[in-house]
Amino acid sequence: MDVPTLPILNETIRNLYFHVAMWFGMMILYTVSFIYSIKYLYNNNFKNDVFAHHFAGVGSLFGILGYSTGIIWVSVTWISDQSQSLASILKEPKLLGAAIALLIYGAYFVLRGSFTDIDKKARVSAVYNIFAFVMLFPSIWIIPRLVGSLHPGAPGSESGNPALNFKDIDSRLRMVFYPAVIGWSLLGVWIATLKIRWQLLKDKSLLHEEVA
Amino acid sequence: MKKWRKKITALVITMLVHTIIFAQNDTVEMATTMRSNGKIYIVVAVCLTILLGLFLYVWNIDRKISASEKE
Repeated sequence: MDVPTLPILNETIRNLYFHVAMWFGMMILYTVSFIYSIKYLYNNNFKNDVFAHHFAGVGSLFGILGYSTGIIWVSVTWISDQSQSLASILKEPKLLGAAIALLIYGAYFVLRGSFTDIDKKARVSAVYNIFAFVMLFPSIWIIPRLVGSLHPGAPGSESGNPALNFKDIDSRLRMVFYPAVIGWSLLGVWIATLKIRWQLLKDKSLLHEEVA
Repeated sequence: MKKWRKKITALVITMLVHTIIFAQNDTVEMATTMRSNGKIYIVVAVCLTILLGLFLYVWNIDRKISASEKE
C-alpha cells in the first residue's frame, strides 16, 4: 500500500493505523462504558455496572498503548528531527491532557477497589465514570486544540481532527485507517466481553439474588 | 573589473556554502537502526508494543480465569 511521502514522518505515517486507531478504540470503549454507567443509574441492574467496569478497563488499556506508542513515535519525529528539546515535549498540551485523562480513569479503578459495599460501589463508580468521560473532552480534545501543540490538530495545522478531516488525511491512508479502527475496536470489545462473561460467571450467585 | 570579481566571489561562496549545507543535510539522516529504511522500524516497534500490551492483558485474564476455575 502506497503512503504519502512526507519529510520527518517518512514511513512512520503508517503509525496512523496503530497509534491513532488505539485512541479511536479507547474513545469508543469509553463511550460504551459511559452508556452502561448511565444505564446502571437508570435501572440499578448489577450487570450494567460489570459492563461499564470492564469496558473502561479495556479502554484504559488502549489508552496506555496509545500513549506508549506515541512516545516511540515522538522520539524520532519531534525530539530529534524537529530538534525539540525534551523540556518542550514535556510541556506538550496533548501529552499532558492525555496523561490527565488516563489518570482520571486510573482513579476510577482505585475508587472501585476501595468499596466493600457492592451497591454503593456500583452507584458511586457509575457517577464517577460519567465525570471521567466528560473530563476526556476538555483534556484531550479541546485544550490541546486551543493552545499551541506539536501534535496534529493544533492551531496552525488548519485541521479539527486530523484523522477525520477530509482535507488533511490522504485517501490512500483512509482506505486502511477506517477498517483498522473498526478492527482494533472490535478486538477491544471482544476482550472486554470475555472479561464481562468471566465476571458474571463469578458473581452468578449475586446476580440470582438480585433477580429474585 | 573589481566589481565583477566581487560578485563572482560572492556567487562562488554561496554555491560552496550551499554544497556544504546540502552535504550536511545528507549526513543528518543518521544511519541508526530506528532511522534506516525511512524509519519503518518505528512502525515495527509501535506494532510490537501494541501486540505485547494486548498479549499481556489477555494473559492476565487467562490467569484470573484459571484461578477461578480452581475454586
